[in-house]
Amino acid sequence: MAKRKHHYHPLAVKPHTNVILSILVGLFALFCFLPILLIYIGSFTAEKAIKINGFSFFPAKWSVSAYQYLFKDGGQILQSYWVSISLTVFGTVLSLLIMTLYAYAISRKDFALRRQLTFFAYFTMLFNGGMVAAYIVNTTVFGLRDSYWVLLIPTLCSAYNIIVLRTFFTSLGTESLVEAAKIDGASELRIYARIILPISKPALATIGLFTAIAYFSKWFEVMLYIENNKLYTIQYLLQRVMKNLEYLRSNPEFAMSEGGVELLENLPGESMRMALTVLAMTPVLAFYPFFQKYFVKGLTLGSVKG
Amino acid sequence: MIQLSPRRPSSHRMKVRWKDNISLFLMTVPGIIVFICFSYMPLYGLLLAFKNFVPRLGIWGSPWVGSLNFQFMFKNATFWLSLRNTLLYNAAFLVTGIICPMLLAIGLNELLSKKLARTLQTFVIMPHFVSYVVVSVIVFALCSADNGMIAHFLDSMGSPRIAFYSETKYWPWILNIVHIWKSTGYSSIIYMGALTGISDEYYEAAVIDGATKWQQTRYITIPFLIPMTVILAILRVGGMFSSNFDLFYQVPLNSGQLYPVTNTIDVFVYNMLRTSNNVSLSSAAGFFQSLCGFILVVTVNWIIRKIDPDLAMF
Repeated sequence: MAKRKHHYHPLAVKPHTNVILSILVGLFALFCFLPILLIYIGSFTAEKAIKINGFSFFPAKWSVSAYQYLFKDGGQILQSYWVSISLTVFGTVLSLLIMTLYAYAISRKDFALRRQLTFFAYFTMLFNGGMVAAYIVNTTVFGLRDSYWVLLIPTLCSAYNIIVLRTFFTSLGTESLVEAAKIDGASELRIYARIILPISKPALATIGLFTAIAYFSKWFEVMLYIENNKLYTIQYLLQRVMKNLEYLRSNPEFAMSEGGVELLENLPGESMRMALTVLAMTPVLAFYPFFQKYFVKGLTLGSVKG
Repeated sequence: MIQLSPRRPSSHRMKVRWKDNISLFLMTVPGIIVFICFSYMPLYGLLLAFKNFVPRLGIWGSPWVGSLNFQFMFKNATFWLSLRNTLLYNAAFLVTGIICPMLLAIGLNELLSKKLARTLQTFVIMPHFVSYVVVSVIVFALCSADNGMIAHFLDSMGSPRIAFYSETKYWPWILNIVHIWKSTGYSSIIYMGALTGISDEYYEAAVIDGATKWQQTRYITIPFLIPMTVILAILRVGGMFSSNFDLFYQVPLNSGQLYPVTNTIDVFVYNMLRTSNNVSLSSAAGFFQSLCGFILVVTVNWIIRKIDPDLAMF
C-alpha cells in the first residue's frame, strides 16, 4: 500500500469526495451482504409470517421452530454434515499433500523430469474429456458409482493449484538452503517436510482454504453418482430440499418419528429451507475472514509481477 | 519471470544426481496416478463421440459410427440454442467482469480510512464464499411467486406479481446480476494489486500540473490498468465455450420453461446424459466443447505471447 497520510496528503481524495466514495462502496457492500442476511433472518422467521408477508428483513414474528424441526429428527442432516465435513478434512489434507509433493519436485531445477511433468499437469487444464467421458470412465472402468471415493479422489489434484504452488516454491529461493541440508545428509523427503513446508504456510493456507471450500461445496458429483442417501453431502441435501420440499417429509425416518404425522402437517417448510441453507453456508462464512490477508496477498502478488 | 541468483561457478550445483532424482520422482507419483486416472483416462472416453455407445460392449467394443453423432447434434435446435446462450452470456460476463471489479478496486483504493476499506472488502468478497446451491436459495427467497420478497413488494405497490420461474424474459438479467454479485468483489482483489503497483510519482507530477482527482483517475490510473485488463479479457475469451454449470442449472432450479434462456452447453450435455439418456449426442456436444476450448486457449496464448511473453502460459 502506498503511504498516504490522512487529509493533508496532496494525493489523497478530498474529504467530501471520500464521503461520496465511502457511501458508494458501502452501498455495493450492502448489495453483497443483504441477500445473505435475508437468509439468516428468514430462518428465524415464523412460518406464518412468511406465508402472509413473504420473506422480509423485518419479520412480523420471530421463531426458532425451523431449527427445532430440523434437529428434532436430525438423522439425515447430521449424516450429511458428517459426509461433508469428513470429505472436507480428508480431501484437503490429502490434496495438499499430493499437490505440494508434486509442485515441490517440479520446482527443483536439478530434477531431470521437471519440464515433462510440468507439461503433464498443465495439459489437463488445456484439454479434458468433459463430463460424459469422465462419467463413463468413473462408473465403468473404476466402478465408482454410489461410493464415498468418487466424491473424494477425482478432484484431489488440481493442475492450476500445482502451478501456483510451484511458482511459490520457486520464488522462495531456497536453493542454497537445500544444498546445505543435502551436504548434511538430509533426505529429499526430510528437506520437503522440515524446510519447505514450514516456510510455505501462507501458500498452504490459501490453497488449503480453496480446496476445503471446493470439497465443502460438492453437490454435482453427488447428483451424478450417488443414490444412497447416507452419502449425501449437506449441499446436495439442500439442493434436494430446494427442488422438492417433500423430500424431508417423505424421508421415512422423519415420518415414522414420534408424532410424525402431526409433525408433517405443521412443518415450517419455507423457514426450514432457510435454516438448512444457514447450516450449509455458515462454516465457510465463519472461516474466510481469517484467511483474507493471505489470499489477498497471494492474488495481489500474482498481478504485480506482470 | 523469477530472478535467479547469480550463478556461482560451482560445477556440482546444478548437477543431476540420480539418487535425489529418484526421490523427487517418487514424490510426484501420487499426483501422476491421480492425473492418469481422472484426467487422462477420460480422454479415452472422448472416443464415444464417434461411437454408438452400448453399455454392454464398453467404450472400445461399441460400434464406430463416424460423424453421425455430430450430424445429429448439428441438426438439434436445442444444441444451437445452448451454444448461442453460452457465447452470449460469456460475452456479457466478459464486459461486466472487467468494468465492475475495476470500478470497485479504484473506489476501495481511494478510501481514506484503510480500516474501512478492509472491512468493506470482507463484505464484497462474501458472495464468492457461498455455494451456488445457496445462491439458488437466495434468488428463490427474492423471486418466488408465493413468498418472495419481490412478490410482496409488488403487492404493496398494487402491481400484479411476476412468475419469475416461468417467464424467460427476466432471466438474462437475473443471471447477469447474480454473476456481478458473486464475482465482482473477488475479482477486484487483482485490480487492487495492480493499483498499488502504480508509482506515486505520476500522481505527484499530475498534482503539480493541477490535475483533479478525476483527471488523475481518467488519465493515469485507468491507462495503467489497461494492459492487465487486456490480458485478463483475452484469457476470458479462452473460456468462451465453457459455462458454469452450477449457475445455469441450479440458480433457475432447472425450470423447463426457462430452458430457452438458461440452457448452456454444459446443461445440455448433462440433460442429454441423465434425462434423455442420449450418450451419443451428449458426448458429441462434450467433444465439440473440449475441442473449441482447446483451440481458443492455444490461440489466446499465442496472442498473449505476442503482447507480453512473461504472461503467456506456455
